[in-house]
Amino acid sequence: MIEKPIITAAEAAGKIKEGDTIMIGGFMASGSPHTVIQAVKEIAPKGLTLISTDTAAHDFKSGRITGIGHLVANKQFKKIFASHIGLNQETQRQMNAGETEVELVPQGSLAEKIRAGGAGLGGILTPTGVGTEVQEGKQVITVDGKAYLLELPLTADVALIKAKKGDKAGNLVYAGTACNFNLVMATAAKLVIAEVEELVEVGEIDPNEVQTASIFVDFIVKAEKLDM
Amino acid sequence: MEYVANKDNIAKRIARMFHNGDVVNLGIGLPTLVGNYIPEGVTIILQSENGMMGLGPAPEAGQENYDIVNAGGAPVTVLTGGCFFDSATSFGIIRGGHVDYTVLGVLEVDQQGNLANYKVPGKMVPGMGGAMDLVSGARVVIAATLHFEPSGKSRMKRHCTLPLTAAREVNYVVTDLGLFEVVGDRFHLREVFAPFTAEFIKEKTDADIVVDTDCRVIEL
Repeated sequence: MIEKPIITAAEAAGKIKEGDTIMIGGFMASGSPHTVIQAVKEIAPKGLTLISTDTAAHDFKSGRITGIGHLVANKQFKKIFASHIGLNQETQRQMNAGETEVELVPQGSLAEKIRAGGAGLGGILTPTGVGTEVQEGKQVITVDGKAYLLELPLTADVALIKAKKGDKAGNLVYAGTACNFNLVMATAAKLVIAEVEELVEVGEIDPNEVQTASIFVDFIVKAEKLDM
Repeated sequence: MEYVANKDNIAKRIARMFHNGDVVNLGIGLPTLVGNYIPEGVTIILQSENGMMGLGPAPEAGQENYDIVNAGGAPVTVLTGGCFFDSATSFGIIRGGHVDYTVLGVLEVDQQGNLANYKVPGKMVPGMGGAMDLVSGARVVIAATLHFEPSGKSRMKRHCTLPLTAAREVNYVVTDLGLFEVVGDRFHLREVFAPFTAEFIKEKTDADIVVDTDCRVIEL
């Protein structure tokens, strides 16, 4: 099996260009690639479009920031696709001030849009959002008498994902609910960088247990920062 | 009649709606309380939208594992026989009709079964998270809410004024005054929670309420 380059978090962050669209895995910072996120904050490419289910937490009162919240606070995004920003006051502030465009996408639709992007589909039909603001500007298609929204695929220049364990070929295994969006994001970007907690030799992961196939992964980073 | 807000009564009543083996998704906040009141002898399976079946209680202090969290991002545990899956699968479970009940919080709910709970334009825009998928996909949608807003107005309306989370999907509304079913563009009062009365509820609610002939008074 062909091994993938193992790079530093800084090298990973260096692959993101100004203006790129990036996907970042995680759910409220659980299962996010925290080592790479810190490097992206330090190298600080700007004008990015983010696709992520949330922007983790940023509480103005306590000053506590988690996960992707560090990149929002660093003002690196011009646009954010997310399903929930309720626990990040800075994202809400930037949105209300017109500094960052936020497009709210229902969480299940976001997952399917990314899946469609990675699976070569022209979009998906979902009943979610029919009769709501989410419907605005979208094609409504009726199948067997039921209305569905046509949701178009999402892809990215770079996906930053996180796995519990990876082998040097890029086969990945996730833990608990930390799998979340990492699995679909691994399929939907031109460049996929997987941060892994445990890096093992090829052959050490049972092929039956692989959740993300190595073919989706371009670079591997060994996790250093495991807190949020 | 004096009204004192009582979230626990809402949770208690909803907890009695489930049957053995039902798959249930509880929203964050008030709906989470429902888990505390599941009757003895009834086992439900809790689904968490971020990717698990068999959601267990919060771990003891010091035992938190941030790879196992609930839909609010807080550490939880997984029960024996539970399992994990990715977000696309999780929402396939939700939209695909494999979740029996979803219990969600409310900003406004109206007699057409419309629910608004994700946005107050210009004030609060947290986002819908998984709520829109849950409401459109679950077999039975239960809106759980204190009957009144802090201002004293009822959260049950003739027509929602806030942006909708979903149109015509709510089946039941359970407040701290009673249990209502949405049928034919009306709230049907099925149960009144003592010491309140149907008259009190009708008087204090700005919506069309049909009091069923078999409407029961329940002690919670």
